[in-house]
Amino acid sequence: MAETENGDRWRERFDAMIAAEERIEPRDHMPDDYRRTLVRQIAQHAHSEIIGMQPEGNWITRAPSLNRKAVLIAKVQDEAGHGLYLYSAAETLGVTRAELLDLLHEGRQRYSSIFNYPTVSWADVGAIGWLVDGAAITNQVPLCRCSYGPYARAMVRICKEESFHQRQGFEMLYVLARGTDAQKAMAQGAVDRWYWPSLMMFGPPDSESSHSERSMAYKIKRFSNDELRQKFVDIIAPQAEVLGLTLPDPDLRWNGERGHYDFGPIDWSEFNRVLKGEGPCNRQRLEHRRAAHAEGAWVREAARVHAAKQAARAEREKENAA
Amino acid sequence: MNERGANAAATDTATIAYVLRLGDDALIASHRLGELVSRAPQLEEDVALANIALDLLGQARSLLTCAGRMEEQLTGVLRTEDDLAYLRDEQQFTNCRLVELPNTDFAHTIARQLLFSGYAFELYAALRDSADDTLAGIAGKAVKELSYHRDHAARWTVRLGDGTRESRERMKAGLDAAWPYTDELFAADQVTRSVSEAGTGVDPARLRPAWEEFLAQALSDAGLDWPETAPITGPGGMGGRDGVHTEAFGYLLAEMQHLHRSHPGAAW
Ligand SMILES: [Fe+2]
Ligand SMILES: [Fe+2]
Repeated sequence: MAETENGDRWRERFDAMIAAEERIEPRDHMPDDYRRTLVRQIAQHAHSEIIGMQPEGNWITRAPSLNRKAVLIAKVQDEAGHGLYLYSAAETLGVTRAELLDLLHEGRQRYSSIFNYPTVSWADVGAIGWLVDGAAITNQVPLCRCSYGPYARAMVRICKEESFHQRQGFEMLYVLARGTDAQKAMAQGAVDRWYWPSLMMFGPPDSESSHSERSMAYKIKRFSNDELRQKFVDIIAPQAEVLGLTLPDPDLRWNGERGHYDFGPIDWSEFNRVLKGEGPCNRQRLEHRRAAHAEGAWVREAARVHAAKQAARAEREKENAA
Repeated sequence: MNERGANAAATDTATIAYVLRLGDDALIASHRLGELVSRAPQLEEDVALANIALDLLGQARSLLTCAGRMEEQLTGVLRTEDDLAYLRDEQQFTNCRLVELPNTDFAHTIARQLLFSGYAFELYAALRDSADDTLAGIAGKAVKELSYHRDHAARWTVRLGDGTRESRERMKAGLDAAWPYTDELFAADQVTRSVSEAGTGVDPARLRPAWEEFLAQALSDAGLDWPETAPITGPGGMGGRDGVHTEAFGYLLAEMQHLHRSHPGAAW
């Protein structure tokens, strides 16, 4: 039948484009599961950006110097901007930001579990920049070559800013690690708390990852969770030495034979607990988001009604003129 | 010291006090906006409010640094921007009370921003001609930023005033709450008299007509009436410029200064 033939033809073309490393654009035909996979991943990524504003935003009003305060506000603002780019990228796939936010608020779409940990000291802001933004970059740099054009392009912009955040976090910890005893202890405490969760950001081990295979085939994902995790450890282990801080893993050491750092076993039971919603801040983060959204409802409604009134007034004026 | 020397010293003290109060205005206005990041009604507003907070913080840093350097010339002791922001007590802050008013809801924030940035825009426009080059330079940059801030506030005032019945009521309530603190912006005192005579600063009363014109336009576009709530003066007629603040201000400072003060002498 003609239709099926047509269908087969676009599918062939799609597969050929993926194989040839060409970019898929919004107007191109794409398989449903490719679209679904992308929407899920981009939405989760966008949600992570905006939920991620909370743990660091927590310190804006208490930042200990005006310079750090400016850097922190700019960083949290960047994360809001990342959310905006990513929701726009998702919208090219036929969903709206409002729908995706509803799914987040109803707990039906996820965000990165890392943000379910609390920022209990000022140094946590530095540790997040160094480790969390660092892990995010390791994850995201390959996404700049993702097969879906709008996502890949958003990632190029985002990665530039994330690497800035990572350097700022590192620099902040560097200063703390050379400061007073109390500051040093603050920095070490933060690294102790954020190290393992940051390794978990790459997701479950390859043997147990449910979505990886399809994403790899579609060239949305380029490296496996374990490959990326290793890459990250290889980057931060020598950086920790420069900082003069200890990573809380007694098994961490250079393995000359492998050409990589070995590291100890990850407590996946904790990862699963947090994923299930039992982390220290799961409820708090979602409640904060829901509250901001609910409290803003009358403002969004006012903006919508005003715009409609404006349009009606312009229409009337046009009629009167005619 | 001869008479001219004494006058110059008085002018310098007044200029320092003047620059300091402008710095305090910007610092506290920025701080209140910083409280809202991740709490805005929509993502675009998180970006916009953070943007404005950053501009104001940048202004505050330039002004506080400038005041600190001027003071050093007089006393030989330098206070940095951080010394001034984190190590002064409540009564040593001379920001107007308007900027310290809490973010009761989005309309209160917008009302505060409308009234303050409308004023600060006129102020910095005038200060571009300051006899003090540093201050004139800061004003030249600030006026561009404030032109965006007041536009942002005016647009929201119109949306909220013209939008729904609820948004209109809230916008009215926000304006009514902030309005009583606007007289303070235009009040003259020893400091403003001294700096306007010296040509380093401006007589605040001079800024009022243009501010009222801007406000009248915004309110009329929004279909809102001119607020009529009576001015609130502090005890004994004293207000923010005298270091006498609203009760909310102590909590703001406690939060802002706590970490810095817990680690005396530490570098961050
Ligand atoms: Fe980000
Ligand atoms: Fe970031």
